[in-house]
Amino acid sequence: MEQTKYMNPYLAGVLLGLLLIATVYITGRGLGASGAIKSYALTVVETVAPSHTSSTKFYQDYSKEHSGSSPMMNWLVFEVTGVLIGAFLSGLISNRLDLILEKGPHTTNKIRIAGALIGGMLWGVGSQLGRGCTSGAALSGMAVMSTGGIVTMLAIFAGAYLFAYFFRKFWI
Amino acid sequence: MGPLVPDIIGNNLNFIVALVIGVFFGAILEQAGFSTSKKLVGLFYGYDFTVLRVFFTAGIVAMIGIMALAHFGLIDMNLVYINPLFLWSAIIGGIIMGLGFVVGGFCPGTSVCAAAIGKIDAMIFIVGAFIGVIIFAEGYPIFEPLYKAANYGSPQMFQTLHISETLFAFIVVIIALASFWLASIVENKVNGVKKSPIRLTPYYAALTLIGIILAVSAFAFPDRETSMLQLIQDKNYVESYKLETMTTDEFAYRIMDEQDNKIQIFDFRPLKEYEKMSIPKSISFTFKDLFEKEPSQLLRLKHKINVFIANSELTERKMAIVAEKLGFKRIEILQGGLDAFKNQILDFKPIKDPKTLDEVYQNRFRAKAQKEIPILIENNKPKGAVVKVQKRVVGGC
Repeated sequence: MEQTKYMNPYLAGVLLGLLLIATVYITGRGLGASGAIKSYALTVVETVAPSHTSSTKFYQDYSKEHSGSSPMMNWLVFEVTGVLIGAFLSGLISNRLDLILEKGPHTTNKIRIAGALIGGMLWGVGSQLGRGCTSGAALSGMAVMSTGGIVTMLAIFAGAYLFAYFFRKFWI
Repeated sequence: MGPLVPDIIGNNLNFIVALVIGVFFGAILEQAGFSTSKKLVGLFYGYDFTVLRVFFTAGIVAMIGIMALAHFGLIDMNLVYINPLFLWSAIIGGIIMGLGFVVGGFCPGTSVCAAAIGKIDAMIFIVGAFIGVIIFAEGYPIFEPLYKAANYGSPQMFQTLHISETLFAFIVVIIALASFWLASIVENKVNGVKKSPIRLTPYYAALTLIGIILAVSAFAFPDRETSMLQLIQDKNYVESYKLETMTTDEFAYRIMDEQDNKIQIFDFRPLKEYEKMSIPKSISFTFKDLFEKEPSQLLRLKHKINVFIANSELTERKMAIVAEKLGFKRIEILQGGLDAFKNQILDFKPIKDPKTLDEVYQNRFRAKAQKEIPILIENNKPKGAVVKVQKRVVGGC
């Protein structure tokens, strides 16, 4: 069976916008993603090396900010679990479920794997430093007209265009 | 009034809400094509601007929608999470993420979507993000000075630019529309499509029309506070507006009557004056408090008469009009304001040779009030400003 075509981008945008309005109205906060990865990462470190986390400042601060509750009892962890389910169902309906390594036409698997890993690491560091990623800072920030979110958004896109030329072999 | 968490939706139910919102979020992203890195990075090489279209459309729809909610008093923006601005960490963090975007081909949200439908590169990306967070946590002492530098609080863009909220929203929508048009030109050029980016088909016409309506609608939802302030600037309107008034005698009587718990007094004088001298049963209140979720709950209490007081009746009228426009009921104002109250009760001079029975009674009552009320005021511990315990929602990534 053939893959279904993607949704019209403007329609998808309107739906996403409406979802964001509902999210802010119900919960008083926007959407997010990187925060959940942080929660998972902290939980792993906490489980593997509990004595280490209790003596390192970052973990202490996190635990203080979240009044000591487990990092897994976090709004974003539940939301991102939902994202996994939603995207899977959507892929199922539109015939897009396939276990593949996707890469640009002129690049090797090794480079793609290294790129994905390093790219992910950069996002891990960058989203902590910038207090949010494209969902939490850029999109949700724009919705509430937050200067912090909009500055982060501009920096993300400026950074991407700045470096795009050097990595063009990865994609085109 | 939103946000519904934590009053109407408890914190545990909120997790279920998060899950449901996530399902929709994931499904929309996947349907839009955000589950493939090739489509995502197309934005940076000019061959596919889907990301820009989806992202910008969502941004402007949400922005106008939230403005409308705030305008109609359905949400208290003071409780909504506004991302804080730490200038340097935002810029440097953003540039690092931008680099990560062209190297890795995803951002965190889209990588989760792509991983869900089996993209191996996305799964590797998530592992990378995992390691990145741990690097940040371990290297926190190094990052901390940068992370906490240049803290500007949580300003909103129109405050930073010193323009009105509506103008800012209008500008953003116009920028979005222009970028959609520009994107189509670039996209066609890169992909060698010879079609004109804008054709006079019903589809494009409708799209443009919706965009223009959206842009103009920004002006339909001015900030509530600003529009209310404008409304009460017209002196004639304020003076001719019909409001319930309470005479100084009734006011004095109700203050003295210890059994009377129906009356709630809202004192709109500056806090300093209130602290110096406050009427029993009164609470200090401000114009801004009227718009906030928690303080204004006092005004919703049933079976209470809400008396607005200020030095002049004009100020009382202004505040009472705003309160009525906001839908609060049983608002009364003190006739003549506190100035009249001081004049007629506290500095009462008996009418010489009272001619009618009314004047005799008035003399008798006011003489009594003049003696008792200063003692009540003296003994009254001012309740101070309205207490706000509700905090902003903690959000962000």
